[in-house]
Amino acid sequence: MAKLHIDALNKSYGETKVLVDVDLAIEDGEFLVLVGPSGCGKSTLLRMIAGLDAPTSGDIYIAERKVNALAPAERRIAMVFQSYALYPHMDVLKNMTFGLKFTGVPAAERERRVAEAARMLRLEPLLKRYPRDLSGGQRQRVAIGRAIVREPDVFLFDEPLSNLDAALRVSTRVEIARLHRLLKATMVYVTHDQIEAMTLADRIVVMNQGRIEQVGKPLDLYYEPANLFVAGFIGSPAMNFFTGRVERIEGGEALVTGPCIGSVAVPAATFSPGDDLTLGVRPEHLGQGAGAFSTSGMVELVERLGEASFAHVRRADDRLMVAEIRGRDTPAPGESVTLSAPAQDIHVFDARGRRLAATPVNSA
Amino acid sequence: MLKQRAETLGVHVILIAYSLIAIGPILLVVMNSFKARKAIFGAPLAPPNADTFSLVGYAKVFHASHVVTYFGNSLIVTLASMVLVLLLGAMAAWALTEYRFRGSTALALFLSIGIMVPIRLGSVAILKMMRAAGLNDTLTALILVYIAQGLPLAIFILSEFIQQIPKDLRDAARCDGVPETRIFFEVIAPLLRPAIATVAVFTIVPIWNDLWFPLILTSSDSTHTITLGVQQFLGQYITDWNAVLAALSMAILPVVAIYVIFSRQLISGLTAGAVK
Ligand SMILES: Nc1ncnc2c1ncn2[C@@H]1O[C@H](COP(=O)(O)OP(=O)(O)O)[C@@H](O)[C@H]1O
Ligand SMILES: [Mg+2]
Repeated sequence: MAKLHIDALNKSYGETKVLVDVDLAIEDGEFLVLVGPSGCGKSTLLRMIAGLDAPTSGDIYIAERKVNALAPAERRIAMVFQSYALYPHMDVLKNMTFGLKFTGVPAAERERRVAEAARMLRLEPLLKRYPRDLSGGQRQRVAIGRAIVREPDVFLFDEPLSNLDAALRVSTRVEIARLHRLLKATMVYVTHDQIEAMTLADRIVVMNQGRIEQVGKPLDLYYEPANLFVAGFIGSPAMNFFTGRVERIEGGEALVTGPCIGSVAVPAATFSPGDDLTLGVRPEHLGQGAGAFSTSGMVELVERLGEASFAHVRRADDRLMVAEIRGRDTPAPGESVTLSAPAQDIHVFDARGRRLAATPVNSA
Repeated sequence: MLKQRAETLGVHVILIAYSLIAIGPILLVVMNSFKARKAIFGAPLAPPNADTFSLVGYAKVFHASHVVTYFGNSLIVTLASMVLVLLLGAMAAWALTEYRFRGSTALALFLSIGIMVPIRLGSVAILKMMRAAGLNDTLTALILVYIAQGLPLAIFILSEFIQQIPKDLRDAARCDGVPETRIFFEVIAPLLRPAIATVAVFTIVPIWNDLWFPLILTSSDSTHTITLGVQQFLGQYITDWNAVLAALSMAILPVVAIYVIFSRQLISGLTAGAVK
């Protein structure tokens, strides 16, 4: 159990900058999820925390101890890989105990730890089996078991659920959340799946092209995304964006006009007439009918999920927007619809993509 | 469907013809080694029968000469070279694929030259070197030469296999605190078994069959290998065919035995990476 502190970390492969000035402080016992599109540098960051790759510059501290020059085993971390990375020629028991031999854990203690981990992960009947005779879910449980028996200060997970089918993904996700409650260990978890991130995390780090875009609690990211990238990345289906321009400002409100939105009043913030803005509205906040913010288009496709349906609507600027429709009364493809949202659900971003703070937040 | 049949048939005809051409001479040698001298020349293609069967060749071989010593020498040289080629080759392949160090690319390139340039080109230099080192007429000299001969290809093949082992595995072992040498011997090497069998066969066969280096590097009966030893039955005027054929038949055995032992792993080694 330990704090983890990352200070001005950079990583380049030749000319390619993979990580740029990453600063991060992770609390003792926190479940931190790194999320971002494929190739944004999540694994690279995790591997540098583990000590598998060396940073180009910057420092890493685990439990107040600078670990830059330490080997992975000396950092008191354990890592779980997407590919499970079980030793193919060792049975489950050997897979879990193999590493302990080298770190000076006495035999009796090894047995105690394995027994405990096996019980926790329901691995007892599998101990004599080889990885090739296990299902994907069982393999991943063994890999997690191998991490647990090391009793590390920090657990590192690199997309541990990506190779599992949908049902197993959900059950293993619940399992990992339960383990975190049980072990109270610090965990850093990498995923590209924002649902995994939202459901597991104490805090989420959203990364994009080697930079941290925002760090925050799951619902804070959802309700107050710092910028267009986070707004578009968190939430599924993604937020709809509309371009507009500030027409005039009067009485604490700004009148914004744009090709698909007619004209709409938003609370004034740090902008002035003539500024270009982007307005964002989540699908779940778009309803049928007229309202403060209103837009229209032709329904192209309706996805029915049961608890809701997603209508994909072609807008005047030829882009698609998505609206979540509740109930059985869904529009048919080809139908023209008018969609609207209350003023408090509109996110306003400036020309550089930053969310403007004066916008009221719907945290009801 | 029909076309596929015809294709399969064609492939089989070619393979069977090739097998006959390859196996034919060996069969001939083995068959004739069990025949009396007159029968060898009278009907060379006929298998031995009650009249022509004779073990005179084998009797001569065991009586006349140091064949047992030669056999022992061949075994010692071949096995020692094989073990060292495999051990050093696997370790070098691991180092060259896993670690970046000053000169690693140059070293890999240097070793790959050994695949292209036949070691026999260096015979004179090798002979001088062994003289200078006081190693001429020793088995050690042969073993050293054969290690040099086998190592480049072994490193090349094993590197290819090592690259196919998922990188996560060694990363997991490092996180587990396994020391680097143990990662190699206890995680990587066990996964290289099919590759090692392949390399073992590729290494053993040319060494066992080699005539050249025993000829130039050994001069006494106590250091001759079996391939060289057989030559003493081949005279300028008289050749003792019974003895030659018997000695050759015996010399084939170990290679065949090793192939049979390793063939399963050899095939899985040759096709690994080709499928899946
Ligand atoms: N050894 C390497 N050499 C060169 N580029 C690399 C190397 N490892 C990773 N990269 C690059 O770094 C970027 C980030 O990779 P990674 O951390 O694996 O992304 P993620 O895990 O977020 O999908 C990618 O663009 C990848 O091509
Ligand atoms: Mg990754």
